Amino acid sequence: MKHRTFFWFILPTLSAMILFIALPIVSVFIQSLFVQHEQVLVVSESCGPFGCKESTSVDLEATQKLRDEAPLGKFNGLGTYTNRSHLAFAEIGEAWANTETMGEFWRELGDLPFYNALTFTLAYTFIVTPMVLILGMAVAVGVNTLPRKLKGAAIFVSLLPFLVTPLVGSLILFWMVDGDGVIGATIQNIFNDPNLSLKASTGLMWFMLMVYGVWHTLPFSFITFYAGLQTVPADTMEAAQIDGASKWQRLVYVVVPHLMPLVTFVTLMLIMDNLRVFEPIVSFSAEAHARSLSWIIFNDLRESGNPLYGSAGATSLITIFLVVILMMPVLVRTWRDFTRKSH
Amino acid sequence: MLIKKLFVAGAMAGLMGTTAYAADCGPSDQSIRILASDFPAIHAVAGTAEGNCAEAASEFSRNHTTEARQIMNAALTPDPAEYTSVIVANSTLTQLMNDGLVRPLNDLIESHGQNIPDNLKIAIDGNVMAIAFMANAQHLFSRSDILAQVGIDSAPSTYDEVIEAAKAIRDAGIMEYPIVMNLKTGWNVGESFNLVFLAHGGEFFKPGTAEPTVNSEAGIAALETLKAMVEYAHPDHLTQASNETQGLWEAGEAALGIMWGSRGAPILDDEGSSAEVTSNTVLSAAPSVEPGGIPGATLWWDGFTISTNVSDAEAEATFAALASALTPEMVAANNDDAVWLLEGFTPGPAAAGVAATVQGGAQPYPMLPQIGLLHAALGSELSDFLKGDESAEKALADVEAAYRTAAKEAGFLQ
Repeated sequence: MKHRTFFWFILPTLSAMILFIALPIVSVFIQSLFVQHEQVLVVSESCGPFGCKESTSVDLEATQKLRDEAPLGKFNGLGTYTNRSHLAFAEIGEAWANTETMGEFWRELGDLPFYNALTFTLAYTFIVTPMVLILGMAVAVGVNTLPRKLKGAAIFVSLLPFLVTPLVGSLILFWMVDGDGVIGATIQNIFNDPNLSLKASTGLMWFMLMVYGVWHTLPFSFITFYAGLQTVPADTMEAAQIDGASKWQRLVYVVVPHLMPLVTFVTLMLIMDNLRVFEPIVSFSAEAHARSLSWIIFNDLRESGNPLYGSAGATSLITIFLVVILMMPVLVRTWRDFTRKSH
Repeated sequence: MLIKKLFVAGAMAGLMGTTAYAADCGPSDQSIRILASDFPAIHAVAGTAEGNCAEAASEFSRNHTTEARQIMNAALTPDPAEYTSVIVANSTLTQLMNDGLVRPLNDLIESHGQNIPDNLKIAIDGNVMAIAFMANAQHLFSRSDILAQVGIDSAPSTYDEVIEAAKAIRDAGIMEYPIVMNLKTGWNVGESFNLVFLAHGGEFFKPGTAEPTVNSEAGIAALETLKAMVEYAHPDHLTQASNETQGLWEAGEAALGIMWGSRGAPILDDEGSSAEVTSNTVLSAAPSVEPGGIPGATLWWDGFTISTNVSDAEAEATFAALASALTPEMVAANNDDAVWLLEGFTPGPAAAGVAATVQGGAQPYPMLPQIGLLHAALGSELSDFLKGDESAEKALADVEAAYRTAAKEAGFLQ
């Protein structure tokens, strides 16, 4: 393709990507470098139905003057990135100096909001992603061997979890595991402990969130692998069979290598998806036990009635950075495959 | 005395009632747009205003949403603003005032609100920023039948008594977890701390500054009290907010509760519960630390404001319409929906708890510009303590550190 043709061909896509992906990220980055101006406080008397009280309020004129002079706020450089809510360099240094054992140090680190969320987010990503890959492959192979008549129904049922909105799906599960719910009551019965609660312990809450994650994303990997299985060449399979390969060997040495590009694709999608785990935490009211990076962003923007845009922006960019790092091995692999093929 | 002042909100208000038929709606053909939360009492006020003045207005719209707090600043910032009025509470008024989005009402009161008694005017340095019409507070709910079974014949009045009663109920084998409280991680657990903190005489900030002072003796004492109560609360307490605690109460699974006064009427009505529960539920003042001390509650009011960024005529019409709704007839028709601060209110059993809490001298929820940030920090940092992972001192140090970080970003601390 001529360069000129290529340029006109790619222009619509490129401009959409710049407008809707690149520019917002740049804008978020710029905002994350600023903090709000000083709020000029004045002592005032506030009166209401419950009497009068001395209180403070914001001096609007003085504050507005500061804002008009520099509408973006006060430049803070990377200060927001290194503060206690994010990378917390000062706090880590202090913890390192003041703790005796590694265990104590890790506990201090886990107490900082960003590292606490990072721990859960990474644990979730690294447990749910392989589980979904393996189980998705297993279900796909299983459904593929079903008699033709049963296939349609089996595919439909396997896809159901994907059709449920995440917020609703996790809310339903949350009610089911309640002490009065079907699953919760059954578990209490099995362990003969009427006070057993899945919502009260950190370990069980993590387990539940991950089970939900696997349940919800399994259909995606299943249907992708199932589609891939339809393209496995019959000749190769037959040849392997004649060579005396068992069913298991055929799966591992013929089918899986054939599906490898799909595995790469699904892995990429799952890592990106799982790293921004959010809805189940809100639906499960799991904030006491598990917080994710996305949850921190949500909390910064919503909880105080005074949205912390800089803080939310910093967390967003750190998350993007993490996604890039995590996907690097897969991307490098894809790139190698691509260059090898093109030579 | 205070209680009298609260409920008999100025005899003058009666005049407003008699003129309700020809409501004063201010300038005609104006657009009135109201943003408000979504509960019956607010519907009653905004609905009455619509009934009175919709004909005189060119447009009358109401948006009742539980997300009002989240959207109001963005909706009021442009000029003209999306809404001419927002119905707010203590904490949400400061959120609007911080950005200068609501206007002083003094001249509007002069022209259309002569009858509004002074105690309903929320004034900051003499500027009236909102007109309150109802009150709310947390207080104690108790089950008299269950307390009687363990030999307690009156509702507990101090935290120690509540804890003793809970222990007696557990020891008698009646209930393993007799206490319910709104402790859901986030706003609710922060608010539960506030209640006990105020009962212990705590101050949130150094007066006149945004320097936090929750990591104090009162703070530690408050957390210890909270922990002693949580011992008797359902293991899922960190996931329970008002709807869940009300559910447990109505299911007869709790005997002592610290819940919102506004849950009184729905609990006492004949829906969602058995006669055994409703007939034995007693609403009384929030517990205090010492007998006769400050009740552990925050007093709230709900009231209406007028946007800064709308035309004066729209502001006037909106104010007149809403003021025209604050009549004894409106109160009489919706008596049990709220603890009204207006004339014509007959406090029923559902209002007894709030009344007693106000009378006991409970503190209002602080109207400080930076309180939202501290409340959010409390909400996210205290669950570690309640789970038993952290000491009270460490949890409060974390709260202050988290607050400082946020307050620096928001410009309250340098």
